[in-house]
Amino acid sequence: MTVKTYPKKPFSSTKSAFLGLFITLLSGTFSASFAQEEALHDTTKVEIGKKEHTEEFNISEVIIEHVMDNHVWHFFEGHYGTLFLPVIVQTPERGLEIFSSRNFFDERHELIEYNGYKIEHNRIYLGENPVLDLSITKNVAMLFINAALLLLMLTSVARSYKKNAGKAPKGLQSFIEPIVLFVKNEIVKPNVGPKYQKFLPYLLTLFFFILFGNLLGLLPGSANLTGNIAVTLVLALITFVITNFNGNKAYWMHILWTPGVPLLLRIIILPVELIGIFTKPFSLTIRLFAAITAGHIVLLSLVGLTFVFHSWYVGVGSSIFVVFISLIELLVAGIQAYVFTLFSSLYIGMAIADHGHDHDH
Amino acid sequence: MELLTPGSGLLFWQFVVFIALVFLLGKMAWKPILSSLKEREDSIQTALDSAEKAKIEMASLKSDNEKLLKQAREERDIMLREARDAANRLHDQAKADAKKTADKIIEDAKAVINIEKQAALRDVRAQVATFSIEIAEKLIKKNLSTDKAQKEMVDGFIKDLKLN
Repeated sequence: MTVKTYPKKPFSSTKSAFLGLFITLLSGTFSASFAQEEALHDTTKVEIGKKEHTEEFNISEVIIEHVMDNHVWHFFEGHYGTLFLPVIVQTPERGLEIFSSRNFFDERHELIEYNGYKIEHNRIYLGENPVLDLSITKNVAMLFINAALLLLMLTSVARSYKKNAGKAPKGLQSFIEPIVLFVKNEIVKPNVGPKYQKFLPYLLTLFFFILFGNLLGLLPGSANLTGNIAVTLVLALITFVITNFNGNKAYWMHILWTPGVPLLLRIIILPVELIGIFTKPFSLTIRLFAAITAGHIVLLSLVGLTFVFHSWYVGVGSSIFVVFISLIELLVAGIQAYVFTLFSSLYIGMAIADHGHDHDH
Repeated sequence: MELLTPGSGLLFWQFVVFIALVFLLGKMAWKPILSSLKEREDSIQTALDSAEKAKIEMASLKSDNEKLLKQAREERDIMLREARDAANRLHDQAKADAKKTADKIIEDAKAVINIEKQAALRDVRAQVATFSIEIAEKLIKKNLSTDKAQKEMVDGFIKDLKLN
């Protein structure tokens, strides 16, 4: 992947036309606003970089930039449409330093060095050495928004349970309650087994975090939180830790000295089982990351087709596609939350199950 | 390959925020929500159970009622029958008593009549005898007033005697 540069194709004359078309066709849908943002994005970039006419508009870079984490949050293009997020870096030489990411941009919104720090591929370096970067990036900000939303929403629901005690649920409560019951009765209870109560808070939080992360990620201008591998990795690692810390004797026996199998086979099975411990969180990490990121890339590619072909017809066609893909993405948001919680429940359930009957298979 | 390499900051924040979220939501949201749901489930279950119990009770009450009703009906029938019997008995007895009294009265009357009759007959007989004697006296007096008549009578006696 090359260093990020700005698209340079001048098509600002068609700007208003594109805007008008998109707003008329798709106002009210996520994808419309997405496309609209895209249009603004690209045209403004073009104005900035007019002097370098030789470079081609690179759609894949635009897309990758959108699904990646960043130290700034672009709502509109240029200095004024950008939210400059705080940078927090820790280096052995300078210790902990906190400053605004505004310092990395000049007045033309071009990347510059600041105080010896520089940004390359979204990573901060001090000179040539990478630093410990704890910045509030776009995805971290999104993470805070998601967490705050969940806290506000679910505690308000909890309050209405207190207020409406003994009555039928209403309002937000009746939206959340079926989801909670679904997770509890359809995912956690059958897969974790009789001791499910202990793991229910974690698995419920997991489900709601992923679900709302996915849904918020589909909003125009928002960050691709659950499609970031760091986020899915942490979630998978927590499931991994819970699984193996709660694993009972039968679980470890099954891995280390598989019962009911000839001695020679046990030796062959041992490494397979050991690898199996780690493939579980790995598959969890990759599945969620790939599903959400792929969805975003498909949406952005369809929107981008318009700008690649410079055609009204392609714009209309791809916009129609974008609407349907957006609907599919809404479905995927739910499915991925379900699948992640389901597999976490399964792994935990396998680790804590009474394996008494397994010794004779 | 930036896409596949997790950023240190996001790893750190995700871990901290998510763990905090699990604990906060566990305390402030899931606990009250799940306990309320459990409470509601329990209350629905008890309501269903008590409804079932009430249904069974109603059924047994109904059968009890029916039993009572049947019993009452039987008792009523017995009472009616007894009353009818008693009435019949009384009626019969009264009838019998009345008959007896009437018979007695009639008998007494008959006896009195008989006695009176006898007495009357005796009187009549005595009077007839008296009358007869008087008549006979008168006749004798009249018939024997002449000699010829006397002679004839004596002759008549004698004739009778001869014949004997």
